[in-house]
Amino acid sequence: MGSHEHKLEIFRGLVKFKNNTQKIWGVLIFLTLVTAIEVVLGIYKPEILMSPLLTPFEGGFGATLGNVFLSPIIFLKPLNLIFILLTLVKAYYITWDFMHMRDETASLRRMVVWTAVFLVAYLIFILLQEGGYIESIYSSGYIKRDF
Amino acid sequence: MSSTLASTGTEGKTWGGGSAPLKASYGKMMMWFFIVSDALTFSGFLAAYGFSRFKYIGSWPIADEVFTHVPFLHGQELPMIYVAFMTFVLIMSSVTMVLAVDAGHHMKKNKVTWYLFLTIIGGLIFVGSQAWEWATFIKGDYGAVQTKGGQILQFVDAETGDRLALGDFAQPIDGPREQHLAKNGIWFESEGAHTSFNLQEVIAGMESHSNVLVRTQILNEEGEKTLLSREASLEQIKTNGKQVVEGANLKVNEYGSPLFADFFFFITGFHGFHVFSGVVINIIIFFNVILGTYERRKNYEMVEKVGLYWHFVDLVWVFVFTFFYLV
Repeated sequence: MGSHEHKLEIFRGLVKFKNNTQKIWGVLIFLTLVTAIEVVLGIYKPEILMSPLLTPFEGGFGATLGNVFLSPIIFLKPLNLIFILLTLVKAYYITWDFMHMRDETASLRRMVVWTAVFLVAYLIFILLQEGGYIESIYSSGYIKRDF
Repeated sequence: MSSTLASTGTEGKTWGGGSAPLKASYGKMMMWFFIVSDALTFSGFLAAYGFSRFKYIGSWPIADEVFTHVPFLHGQELPMIYVAFMTFVLIMSSVTMVLAVDAGHHMKKNKVTWYLFLTIIGGLIFVGSQAWEWATFIKGDYGAVQTKGGQILQFVDAETGDRLALGDFAQPIDGPREQHLAKNGIWFESEGAHTSFNLQEVIAGMESHSNVLVRTQILNEEGEKTLLSREASLEQIKTNGKQVVEGANLKVNEYGSPLFADFFFFITGFHGFHVFSGVVINIIIFFNVILGTYERRKNYEMVEKVGLYWHFVDLVWVFVFTFFYLV
């Protein structure tokens, strides 16, 4: 430790700062911009972003697979998809630049990030799947399969 | 002394000790692992919120109608503005914190002190804002009627389409209704706070004001609450109305599902508690900096460690902001 070298490039080297302080202010400007975009979209809710791009595929196994792989653009409104993506972008820059994850060793980074991402993704999948299932039972008059 | 140490034959090898493969101190690593576990706790809460929301997707409250207030701007509907301000305050205090860490790396005590001070101020503004947000939510604004089935019925002006507060149309009835106090009965039985109007008064007001319509919490295809016709409104309120609800608490919520209020209090409360404890920890470290503890220690790593915690609190807020207010 002792030495505190910082990687001063963000956006994969597109922007390089002269020193760490400058990088901090640069990241602040970027995060503020992203939040501003979110707020503006949240207030105006453009009509064009309010319905999903695709309707679910109907049919056999292929359709199911298609629905799974394209689920973000089939089951999510583009507006909500944009919000979630922008949130992840903000989370990335807070962790990488404010928490200096960019300067840690790859093994420490992976220990923290992969563990959390894997468990959180699993948790979200399972709870949302279950919530949707219960909703489908409520909305179909408590009948899931009508034999 | 060395004779008491058993030789393991691993000296100088990877597991022989003395190497730091992660190039991070023990304290910093443990802070990271604590953050991972805390992140999982928050994810559990947010995923549970998602579960309930998906379960009641057809009748979930619309956040834009709930959080519309800004301090000092009474009566104006400004959804998002105040939370956006809170988000900015928290990000800003993250910036001052990272600047304090940076100043610590250069052993500049004065700068560390000032930046930490600003961070604490930012944290206090945020916690204060959150308290205000809670108070506004608990107080409510229009009032509603809860049905026997636990659904919420709100009131709309048929002519303008604007929301109507209970006070706009309810007709006070002079009657023998009094609050039941503990001194008038068995000592452990008393009645909680009264709502400003009771159900009979709301029904009487609806009958005498022909412009009052009811809207249910069921969302239509445009994602708006279903508006009932005049006849259906009266029918609904007379046959199903159970009690008047003003504001929100853990049992009732004038904006819709009580679960929304429960999760709001629980998740923002848990986050607010993190901010509060972060401020307390920051204050302790702030005084340590002033006393020169880290100057004597010749490194400011403690500032870095509490900084990690502080940024994490900001990180969580980014997600709470998205899933409570935006999506």
